[in-house]
Amino acid sequence: MSNEVIIRDAVKRYGDFTALNGVSLNIKEGEFFTLLGPSGCGKTTLLRMIAGFNSIEGGDFYFGEKRINDVPAHKRDIGMVFQNYAIFPHLTVKENVAYGLKARKVGKQEMETRVSEALELVQISHLADRKPNELSGGQQQRVALARAFVIEPSVLLMDEPLSNLDAKLRVQMRTVIKKLQRRLGITTIYVTHDQEEALAISDRIAVMKDGNIMQIGTPNEIYAKPQNPFVAGFIGVSNFLDCEVRDGRTVVQDEITVDIPLRKAFSGKAKLSARPEQLFFSEQGMPGKVLFSTFLGDFIEYEVELDNGQSLIVNEYTKDASEVHPDGAQVFLRFDPNRVSLYEAETGEVLSK
Amino acid sequence: MKQRLGQKWRPDFWFWVKFLVIASMCLFIVYPFYNIITKSIFSDKVEGVTLYNFIRFFSKPYYYQPLIRSLVVCSVTVLTSTLIGVPIAYVMTRYNVPGKTLVHILIIMSLMSPPFIGAYSWIILAGRNGIVAKMFTALGLEAPTIYGKGGIIFVFTMHLFPYVYLYTSGAMNSIDSSLEEAAENLGMSKLKRIWTVTLPVILPSILAGCVMVFMTCLADFGTPMLLGEGYTVLPVLVYNEYMSESATNPYMASALSVVIVTCSLAILLFQKMVIDKRNYMMSSLRPPQETKLRGLRRFLVSLPIYLVVFVAFLPQIVVICQSFVERSFSGVVKGINLKNYQIISARLATNIRNTYVFSLIAIAFIIVVGILVSYILVRKKGKIATLIDTLVMFPYVIPGSVLGIGLIIAFNRKPMVLVGTASIMIISYVIRKLPYTVRSGTAFLYQMDPFIEEASINLGVSPLKTFFTVTARMMLPGIMSGAVISWITCINELSSSIMLYSGKTSTIAIAIYQEVMHMSDGPASALATILTVSSIVSLLIVFRLTKGKVKIV
Repeated sequence: MSNEVIIRDAVKRYGDFTALNGVSLNIKEGEFFTLLGPSGCGKTTLLRMIAGFNSIEGGDFYFGEKRINDVPAHKRDIGMVFQNYAIFPHLTVKENVAYGLKARKVGKQEMETRVSEALELVQISHLADRKPNELSGGQQQRVALARAFVIEPSVLLMDEPLSNLDAKLRVQMRTVIKKLQRRLGITTIYVTHDQEEALAISDRIAVMKDGNIMQIGTPNEIYAKPQNPFVAGFIGVSNFLDCEVRDGRTVVQDEITVDIPLRKAFSGKAKLSARPEQLFFSEQGMPGKVLFSTFLGDFIEYEVELDNGQSLIVNEYTKDASEVHPDGAQVFLRFDPNRVSLYEAETGEVLSK
Repeated sequence: MKQRLGQKWRPDFWFWVKFLVIASMCLFIVYPFYNIITKSIFSDKVEGVTLYNFIRFFSKPYYYQPLIRSLVVCSVTVLTSTLIGVPIAYVMTRYNVPGKTLVHILIIMSLMSPPFIGAYSWIILAGRNGIVAKMFTALGLEAPTIYGKGGIIFVFTMHLFPYVYLYTSGAMNSIDSSLEEAAENLGMSKLKRIWTVTLPVILPSILAGCVMVFMTCLADFGTPMLLGEGYTVLPVLVYNEYMSESATNPYMASALSVVIVTCSLAILLFQKMVIDKRNYMMSSLRPPQETKLRGLRRFLVSLPIYLVVFVAFLPQIVVICQSFVERSFSGVVKGINLKNYQIISARLATNIRNTYVFSLIAIAFIIVVGILVSYILVRKKGKIATLIDTLVMFPYVIPGSVLGIGLIIAFNRKPMVLVGTASIMIISYVIRKLPYTVRSGTAFLYQMDPFIEEASINLGVSPLKTFFTVTARMMLPGIMSGAVISWITCINELSSSIMLYSGKTSTIAIAIYQEVMHMSDGPASALATILTVSSIVSLLIVFRLTKGKVKIV
């Protein structure tokens, strides 16, 4: 059986509230796929529908060829890592990891081998006989991981597994998870609200908002070519500039016009989005003055107020900077028209190529 | 979870559990109570449906006097319990009282002692032939009497102030100390601070404790029966009306039962509407610190607490001591020995066996039903769960004697003749004591992580098997600590047993009551000692189980 996950028009309602509004996804075999979005966007709801803990109001869920809508949760053969780990407090580490194998009636000999291999993989063999309350957060996380993948599930689900760890451990564990996933080649669906984590760990990301998918793509595509202002604002930092498209050219300010490659003919009000590192100081361009600067080591962050009143964040790498522009200094800003994104002001539809 | 369209609905395990629970509750609570209500609107004096009983109740002092007395006794007890319980809670939570843990345990133990044993040992101490009475007579003074209104209130207060103490100290421990610091910072003196901030914030909890005191007083039968001597309160009147040898009047007894239950319901409604609404949700970021007193001040602050706890715990000591004293019929001490125990093991072995056998069977049911019902109430919320909740908690407002009458009326005729059998005793225990276990179980389950169950299901174990191997296993501490409380109240049960027992199914509590009524102190104290020691040992087990964090209330 192929281990791809196909979701068609998934719908979830709570009373009058629509939590998922017809979501479709195609997750490839062995892929590390992340559902990313602010809280309440429906990402956990969707994950729990895949796991079988939420009822499915509409749509079809497939693992490979097999429709799983009516398969009860305990027969779906899915590994899951819960946000708070959900480790059985009355069982030792070893017993926790063996739990799913017991349910599958794996022989004693094989169980021993698989459990110790799993513990080895997450580097907690020395904790095998401890009880969960004697473990740190990071160790519990490893137990939860081992318990989920030891059953060799067709799909591995992770619900914000790192959100209870401190910042340093979070970075460390996300590498552990990523390497493990590569090594085992398990199709993995990962839920997080942390865009940096999503960019770091995923093969592909689905950005969600209000029960809809806003964009699906690789981390690079999502960061570099956000398909709508929401994605541009949610992933990383974006500056939005009001502008107008006339005769195929983009008028940024009264006298300043640039050529942004457009994907279709358009004329009217638009919104330009530029990352702080896509803006740079120049001899000419959009005039403005420095309001405030913050020295951050490898780069300097400026807050610049354009002469038309809009304010922008500009990052300049320390290695490229000859001097720090003082507050109040008159500056000119430019950007590469091939790199920024342009959207229709009204619909938010992407215009740039 | 909602059933999906197009899927055939089949009754699952939980359907049958819900069905069985509701069916048996209807049979053993609703049906008996329905019988009481219908009996109360009939009479052997008048044809057809009538308010005759109620009119008679409110026109004859013989009937309405006990209601007034009950309300007076309950209200005064609430007041005295508050005056004792709240200051003790304040001092215990705020100052370094020496031996705090022991004091706390002793207070809980005096609450958990068999209710009428307090009355009984106060008779030994301060009754006509009591030590206190003799001391006063020797000094040429008139001894204060333990009989009548004053005595009942005194014994109730000493037994029930722990409710107020427990509720209040629970609230005091969860109050954020910055609240008081804010008041201090705004220039309030210490006493004013307590009066304007601390008290209002914990008031709902104090009132909740008061409601418990009031309801227990209103339902209690043993204490006023032993101490009343003509000062008849409502539960005693119900008993007399139903059990008196001269004229058994089930119609009037039913009407009286309706009056008592109406009073309890009114109190409960008051709690729901007034108290619960004003309950402040507090997240204690910084629980109050204990003030460290030294030397004389520490002693003076602690002394009143020691005195109260000593007086509250005294009955149990007295009963145990008394059980080893052999007396002649005239009350002269003949020696210190095990004679009383020999008497009861010869004469009352059946009662002792019955008490433990009935309670054990009841507890087995309570544990199983408690686990299942707690799970339904917390994890399977909905209209049916609410219905079960109401049914299971209903016995809280029905005094034991009333439930006793209801069960007799309902099950003394075909097709189900249960009166006089052991099963009706056990049924009444299960129904009346189940709420303790369910409350403790649900409280525990609310704190349990629901994802643990999902993790088990996710790993391939079916929901039902997960419930038995994971959930039930993890709920056990919460269920067991509640079950021990159920157990203690089972072995000490008097008010419904006294209605339901027959010669073969008599228990220790009933035997004590009869022995005391026959002025036979020796065997009574030996029996009471058995109950007291059993209760104390059981409580110590709960303390072990919960590591001292026992929740009685």
